[in-house]
Amino acid sequence: MSDESDTGDDEQTMEAYRYPDGSITYPGHPFGPGGEEPTGTVDLSEYVAEVVTWTTSTATPPGVRQPNTLAIVEFDVDGEPVRAIGQVTTEEVEIGDEVRPVYCAELRDPEKGIREPASQEWDGFRFEPTE
Amino acid sequence: MERVAIIGASMTQFGQREEWIRGLLAEAGSACLEDAGVSADAVDHLYVSNMASGEFEGQTGVPNALAHDLSAVPAYTARIDQTSSSGGAGVYAAWQSVASGASEMTLLVGGEKMTHRSTAEATDVIASLTHPVEYKHGVTLPSFAGLTARHYLDKYDAPRESLGKVAVKNHKNGVDNPHAQFQKEVDLDTVLESPIVADPLRLYDFCPITDGSAGLLFCPESVAREYADEYAVVSGIGGATDTHVVHERADPTTMGGVVNSAEQAYEMADADPDDVDVAELHDMFTILEFLQSEDLGFFEKGEGWKAVEEGVTDRDGELPINTSGGLKSKGHPLGASGVAQVYEIYQQVIGDAGARQVDAETGLACNVGGFGNCVTTTILEGQL
Repeated sequence: MSDESDTGDDEQTMEAYRYPDGSITYPGHPFGPGGEEPTGTVDLSEYVAEVVTWTTSTATPPGVRQPNTLAIVEFDVDGEPVRAIGQVTTEEVEIGDEVRPVYCAELRDPEKGIREPASQEWDGFRFEPTE
Repeated sequence: MERVAIIGASMTQFGQREEWIRGLLAEAGSACLEDAGVSADAVDHLYVSNMASGEFEGQTGVPNALAHDLSAVPAYTARIDQTSSSGGAGVYAAWQSVASGASEMTLLVGGEKMTHRSTAEATDVIASLTHPVEYKHGVTLPSFAGLTARHYLDKYDAPRESLGKVAVKNHKNGVDNPHAQFQKEVDLDTVLESPIVADPLRLYDFCPITDGSAGLLFCPESVAREYADEYAVVSGIGGATDTHVVHERADPTTMGGVVNSAEQAYEMADADPDDVDVAELHDMFTILEFLQSEDLGFFEKGEGWKAVEEGVTDRDGELPINTSGGLKSKGHPLGASGVAQVYEIYQQVIGDAGARQVDAETGLACNVGGFGNCVTTTILEGQL
C-alpha cells in the first residue's frame, strides 16, 4: 500500500483506506468492496468535513467524558464522500456545520472500560467547528 | 426440508430478579418443557441465547449448566451469542437443527442477568460490541440512537413527539403483559419531559436494563399434534448482517440487515408484508421501531412515524406492533429478548395472548443486534 499523504513521523494522521473502485473508508479494512485489498491511504486530518448528525450523550460509560457530544461527519476527498464518527470539541454544533479534525492524545480513560487497554489505540481526532 | 413447529413456550417475569443466570435459564427452560408436556430427556439439542454472562456475572458454560440443571444430559448444547439478537439467532439455530433433521426436539432458552450492574457498567458491556474507532470515542448504543433519531427527524421532517408516541403506545400495551418489567402507562408529556440521555432522545425513549429468560420448544411439524392441539409453524426465517462500523452505511436510516433478513423470511414463507397481522419489533430505542417498520416493508421509507401518529400500529390498529409492550415496556434482558419476541408472536397466532390478543394468523418478529449489525426475522403461522 502506498501512502498518498505526506506526513512527518511526528505527525498524527487520521488514516482512511482507498480501494480499487475509488471508494474510501474510515476506518480502513483489510478488504474493501468486492473483496479487493486497499490500494492506498488518505490522511483525513488534512480535510474539513460536514456534520451529518450529532448527539450529546449524558449517560456515558466508565472513563468517558460526560457529557459526550458525538457527530457523524462526511469528508469530501476529491469528490469521494468519506464518513467518520467522533467526539466534538463543543456542545454547540448543528447539522451542516463545517468541522476540522483536531488531535487528542487520549479520548477516554483506557483503564476504566471493559476493553483490554492494550488491545487498541486510544488517541484520535475530535471534530472542531471551523467557525 | 422438514417444516418446523413450535409446540411450547415460556417467559419468566422480566425486571429486577434475585436469581442469577443459571436460575433464570432453568426457570424458563423447565416452564417451557412443562408447557408442552415434554420431558427433559426427550431433548436432543439445547441452545442458550446469551450475550454476556461471562462479562456480567463471571459465569460461562451456561448451556452445559442448563442441560445438567434440567436433567437434559446428554443433549447437544451450544451458546448462541449475537449480542442483542442472540435470541433471534437462537431461533434460527433451533429451527435449523430441526429442519435439517439433526434434532427431533430442540429446546431454546434465552436469558440475561444484568441489573446487578450499574447503568454505566451495563452500557459499557453492551458497547464492547463496537469497532475500536467507535469505542475509543465513547460511542454507545444509546448514542447511535440519538445520532440516528436526529438524522431521521431532520431528513423526513418528522415531529419529535412521534418518537414519544412509540413509548406511550408500548407502555400501554405492557399494562396487559404480566411478565413485563413496567406494567404502567406513561403520557406523552412525561416522555418528552424526561431527562435527556442522548439528545434528542430522552429516558423514556430507551428500554430498561433487565433480568429475565424465555424459552421455546421446537420439533418437526409432522409430530407436533402428538404434543399440542395448537402450535405455530416457523413459515419463514432469515438472518443477515450489516456493517460493523455503523457510520459506513450509505443511509443511516436504513438497516440493511433488517431488509435482507426480511426478504429471506418473506420468500421462505411465500408471503409479503401485507400478510403480517401482528409484529414484534426491537424497540430498544423508540427510533428503532420506525426504522424496522419501514425496512420490513410495512410502510414507505420515512413514513413509519406517520403510522404511529395515525394509530395504525396500536393494538386495535391495522397492524399492531409490540403488543407485548416491546423491549421498551417489557424489558430487554439481551439474550432473552429475541426469544421473548417469538414467545409473544406464538401466543398471538395460537390465540393464547389473553388481554393482548389480536386477530392474527401470521406474525413476525424482528430481533436486532448492535445497531442493526445482526438481524433475525422470523414469521410464524398458527395451526389451530
